[in-house]
Amino acid sequence: MGLWGFVARRLALSVVVLAMVSVGTFSLAHALPGDPLSSVISERQANNPEVRAAFEKRWGFDRPLPVQYLYYVRNLLRGDLGESIAKRRPVSDELKQRVPATIELTLFAMGFAVLVGVPLGIVSAVRHDRWPDHLARFLTLIGTSVPVFWLGLLLLYVFFYRLQWLPGPGRLDVGMRPPATITGMVTLDALLARDWDVLGTALKRLVLPAIVLGAYAMGIVARMLRSSLLSALGDDYVRTARAKGLVERRVVAGHALRNALIPTVTVLGLTVASLLAGAVLTETIFSWPGVGSFAVDAALKLDYPGLLGVTLVVAVVYVLVNLLVDIVYGILDPRIRAA
Amino acid sequence: MAIAPPRPHAARRTSGAPGHAEADGAGIKGAVAGRRRTPLGDAMRTLRTKPLALAGLGVIAAWLLLGLLAPVLPIQDPNHQALGDKLQPPGAGHLFGTDDLGRDMISRVIYGARISVPAGILVILLTGAFGSLLGAVAGYVGGAVDALIMRAADAILSFPSIILAMAITAARGGPGLENALLAVGVVLWPEYARVMRGQVLAIRANEYVTAAEAVGADRWRVLFRHILPSTDAPLIVKATLDVGAAIVLTAGLSFIGLGAVPPDAEWGAMIKQGADKGLQYWWYAAVPGIAIMSVVMGLNFFGDGLRDALDPRRRGR
Repeated sequence: MGLWGFVARRLALSVVVLAMVSVGTFSLAHALPGDPLSSVISERQANNPEVRAAFEKRWGFDRPLPVQYLYYVRNLLRGDLGESIAKRRPVSDELKQRVPATIELTLFAMGFAVLVGVPLGIVSAVRHDRWPDHLARFLTLIGTSVPVFWLGLLLLYVFFYRLQWLPGPGRLDVGMRPPATITGMVTLDALLARDWDVLGTALKRLVLPAIVLGAYAMGIVARMLRSSLLSALGDDYVRTARAKGLVERRVVAGHALRNALIPTVTVLGLTVASLLAGAVLTETIFSWPGVGSFAVDAALKLDYPGLLGVTLVVAVVYVLVNLLVDIVYGILDPRIRAA
Repeated sequence: MAIAPPRPHAARRTSGAPGHAEADGAGIKGAVAGRRRTPLGDAMRTLRTKPLALAGLGVIAAWLLLGLLAPVLPIQDPNHQALGDKLQPPGAGHLFGTDDLGRDMISRVIYGARISVPAGILVILLTGAFGSLLGAVAGYVGGAVDALIMRAADAILSFPSIILAMAITAARGGPGLENALLAVGVVLWPEYARVMRGQVLAIRANEYVTAAEAVGADRWRVLFRHILPSTDAPLIVKATLDVGAAIVLTAGLSFIGLGAVPPDAEWGAMIKQGADKGLQYWWYAAVPGIAIMSVVMGLNFFGDGLRDALDPRRRGR
């Protein structure tokens, strides 16, 4: 199958999954206890007859269920996710403000995962079954075994409370003026505004949460790279390269690593889901004003519109990332397209 | 022509008990079962050579045993409050310190094992069985049933597990260990369905399945007697590793306040209480955290060893 046929098929499949996702959140909204309106507005608002009538009309709550679903999808496509009970404003406005914070944290976490995971994976494979390998495997095991929330507390205790090397929870120092919002990511905005003080503070405050959030992905990347590099090092073309008399470093970097990185890239894409999940706990511990802490806040306050909004947005992001990863993989490895 | 489908389980049951093997309808197997190398026997022999896997198994067994024996161990009642002794650091009186109500941390962590570990195992057993069954049906029946089950699985898999679990817990009316466990079960079944479906698709292509169908065995019999007994290794490994995931997910829900509620001695809830108190009382969160970590690492070591042991290609590496 050609590349475009493959892309078209994957796109169609994603649309189907997105439709299933919307059915999922719609069902969740209808599984809520009590008033169906509680999935879009607060009880206080629902008690006001005028507001109630307006929302019933907007969300079609007086119509049969299948028609209600169509209303739901229409509203979603317009970006209308209801009113957050906890924040008393549209869920979409709240999310617009919080999504950049989560993206910023996630990008730094992925950076950590790659910068630490890739060298660990290479060392592990090249020094197979010797002490660097054992050490690297132990580190990756820690990364994948330690619960995110506990690692967060541990690092805060050591580096913030005890050693005082790094700042504690929060995105900026108390009283520090954030730079003018352009992208919503403080580091990038500070860079654009050439506000070096804010940039330095923001970076320092990203170190711990990024390590905590990225630890799991780091473990996965290192493991994957180790195993694919090990198998690549046993392949014929590597033997050929060695037989030609290439130095080992060039055999590894120039030949084996290139092929071993393909599955690693895919796995890295798939860890985005784990990062989004981990963000919930990481943001809670580090008081990070992102989507995850909003989800927790919404869940605890039974802010159903807020929680359903986050659930939907995160699922959509996840589906799109998977689509992207699949397409990239299809480009890198044509055999995948046939599967 | 008598066609004997390979039935690994039957062979395994008879292993180690030479002479007791019953001759069944096929009539061939019983005679040789006693001396034959069985997959399970091979796996056990491999497992015995893996110290990390055995250590992992030991850790899990120790926690289960501690939890089981908690009431007869010489430890305090986990809910016994001694306000004069509150927030004591680890020391002579209380080896792992006390919490903000003066309750002994050792006793709370050991009683916590009675909740967290069996809950994780139970959730995986139930959700694994449910997901595997759905996956088996999807793979064997195919068509619209397959499409329906697998698209539902896809939809659930497109939500990060903790967020979906949060939504389910909230939709069930808020915090509570039962709600949290239900949510964990709901988010984990689709992976079992996927793995099982893949296995069933591969196995049903075998000739002995075609043969069973050809002699007129009904579909359920083919599925349960001929296909399902041949599936196992990847699912067992996955289930082992997932018990750890379920424990962490449940603890995570408790940590954000959606799982177990006080005064339950659940590990995640204890970490939350400790974190709320402040970093100076480090042992409050550290002790239950170490407990969770040891169980999860134990399960990971054991699961990895099990995977190597059950996979003939990896044996001896």
